[in-house]
Amino acid sequence: MFETFYPILFLVLFATFLAFMLVAFSIILGRRTSLGKKFQAYECGITPEGSTKDPVPIKFFQVAILFLLFDIEVIFLYPWAIVSRQLGWFGFIEMLVFIVILLVGYFYVLGRGALKWD
Amino acid sequence: MIPYLALAAILFSIGLFGVMTRRNTIGILMSLELMFNAVNINFVTFNKYVVSDGLVGQIFAIFIVVIAAAEAVVGLAIVLLIYRNWKGIDTDHFTVMKW
Amino acid sequence: MIDFSSVADNFNVIYPELALLIGAFAVLLLGTVKRFAGLCTSVAGLTALIALWLAVDQFGTQQSGFFGMVTCDAFGSAFKIIFIAIAIVTMLIAHRFMIVKQIARPEFYALVLISTFGMIVMANTTDMIVMFLGLEIMSVPLYVLAGFARRSLQSNEAGIKYFVMGAFASAFLLMGIAFVFGASATTDLRRIVADFSYIIYHSGLYMYVGIALILVGFGFKIGMVPFHAWVPDVYQGAPTPVTAFFSAGPKAAGFAVLLRLFMFGFEGVAELSSIFWVLAVLTMTAGNVLALLQDNIKRMLAYSSIAHAGYILIAFAVGGEDALSAAIFYSIAYAIFNLGAFAVVVLLETRSGCRSDFSELAGLSKASPYLCAVLALFVFALTGFPPTIGFFGKFYLFSTAVKAGFIWLAVIGVLNSFVSVYYYLRVLKVSYFDRVEQPALSVSYTPAITLVLLITAAGTLGFGLFPQKLLEFAQSAVFAFL
Repeated sequence: MFETFYPILFLVLFATFLAFMLVAFSIILGRRTSLGKKFQAYECGITPEGSTKDPVPIKFFQVAILFLLFDIEVIFLYPWAIVSRQLGWFGFIEMLVFIVILLVGYFYVLGRGALKWD
Repeated sequence: MIPYLALAAILFSIGLFGVMTRRNTIGILMSLELMFNAVNINFVTFNKYVVSDGLVGQIFAIFIVVIAAAEAVVGLAIVLLIYRNWKGIDTDHFTVMKW
Repeated sequence: MIDFSSVADNFNVIYPELALLIGAFAVLLLGTVKRFAGLCTSVAGLTALIALWLAVDQFGTQQSGFFGMVTCDAFGSAFKIIFIAIAIVTMLIAHRFMIVKQIARPEFYALVLISTFGMIVMANTTDMIVMFLGLEIMSVPLYVLAGFARRSLQSNEAGIKYFVMGAFASAFLLMGIAFVFGASATTDLRRIVADFSYIIYHSGLYMYVGIALILVGFGFKIGMVPFHAWVPDVYQGAPTPVTAFFSAGPKAAGFAVLLRLFMFGFEGVAELSSIFWVLAVLTMTAGNVLALLQDNIKRMLAYSSIAHAGYILIAFAVGGEDALSAAIFYSIAYAIFNLGAFAVVVLLETRSGCRSDFSELAGLSKASPYLCAVLALFVFALTGFPPTIGFFGKFYLFSTAVKAGFIWLAVIGVLNSFVSVYYYLRVLKVSYFDRVEQPALSVSYTPAITLVLLITAAGTLGFGLFPQKLLEFAQSAVFAFL
């Protein structure tokens, strides 16, 4: 039964081999320099500035926390979506109740101005 | 079944250890999440090996995911509040009251 | 295929819960609009009253719905009335306190209502999934309530401590439920009871591990020794009306679920009796002894609430219907006089600059003699002097213990009550006999808090003299205990 996994094994071996080879080649062939820029954090070519320990505005946390909440709550829709036909109207109404409860939360958040960004 | 239960037990114990030893409140929150997820593994395992048909364990696992998220959100909100007042979130600060 | 009519059938089982939930949402949404924010308090109060009326209307019926997930039996519907009454009293106590301390926000009322909703869900089910959901719906608002005074470091600390402890306890509880589920392949207590001997025979180990973990989880929630360490800090740090709510509502809810789990679900485990024996003795003794050392009234009441949890745990060791009704009776009695005591503390704390230390009580008997008399009544009830309800509740508990042959347990309970006399009467000693240089600040009554004091005082004294009605209520709650 393991025959089916041979390609995967081959892929794993090849990937490992390739990774080692690339590193080895760069060590053997490459020139070694120790310029200042080499020790900077890599930021896609943009010169980084400031310290990473600067406090982030609290708004980011607020939005992140709220996102986390609404994002996870939607998980209930998936099991329902699979059996929605069998459950029929009952399931639909229950899901509607659930969505309405989420919406109340959403409108509360909106009303309190937690999503305003000035 | 036993390997999965052992995995869950180990995860739970790591979480337990984390909650009791961490100084940083965020670390405690993360350890709590570990404990909840250990429970999830347990539920899914039992559902697969013990229950012949039915999805009670899996549904319960989904409930736990959601509730863990809700708890984490409240916890993070309290941590934010504490950060504003104390300028730090280490548990060493929490000694206003003593017995 | 399920049609509309059966859906409607299901919803009438949970009318009081629905009322609470809709009211809470209305309060939340109204609170965001400046123009209507003033309405929130009255909307919340009205909602609670409607829910109370619906719950009283439902009492005595035997219904189940949502595929057996919600069971509204006599036990559950009795607790519905208790929880909603506690919520109403809490809101009445809180109203002025919140304004004085500048933390009056409409969310407070919404959180109390949602938490009450959670308690009701918890008590009205035999399914452990729903029980856990109810527990979380109750607990999450409580975490927020504990940290409600946002500028106060004490309140923040109470919030984070309660949150960490609560989540920690939830994890244990869940692990326990997982093991019980693994042993029995179901989360419904009724099915566990039906196949109990089979389950124990086949997968007894998982079952025992699960029961032990569940006990640990709920031990945290009701403040049972050795899981009580968070109680004093949270009780002291939280805003006082919230503390009042903690000591009455979640505690009663925790006991409701514990009663259902351990007096019905896992009744077949004979070893539990001796475990509860030890836990009851530990909890009473530790609570009472540690209460002796306190200088803060809220902290003293926190330890006293641990001790009272210990008294109720006696019922679990004893077991049987009498013990069950005694436990329900004592939970109600404790809620009445403890809310009364906290109402007095709240009233004292609304004076400027007061932190509810014992020394602040000095001279109270001169400044406000009536309040002092009411405080004395509650203190006597907490101690268990006749003719208050506290005496009758303790008498009922201890006598069921003696009848079932747990004489030592009753003796230890009585001895503990004697220990508690010392620290309770210290309250009276300070307020009546301590000398003061300047007269104590006078308190300002509001109609709401006067009403609370009148109701709780009348309950403490009235049910103490004529316990018959409350006794019947407690016993009818036991009837048809699913």
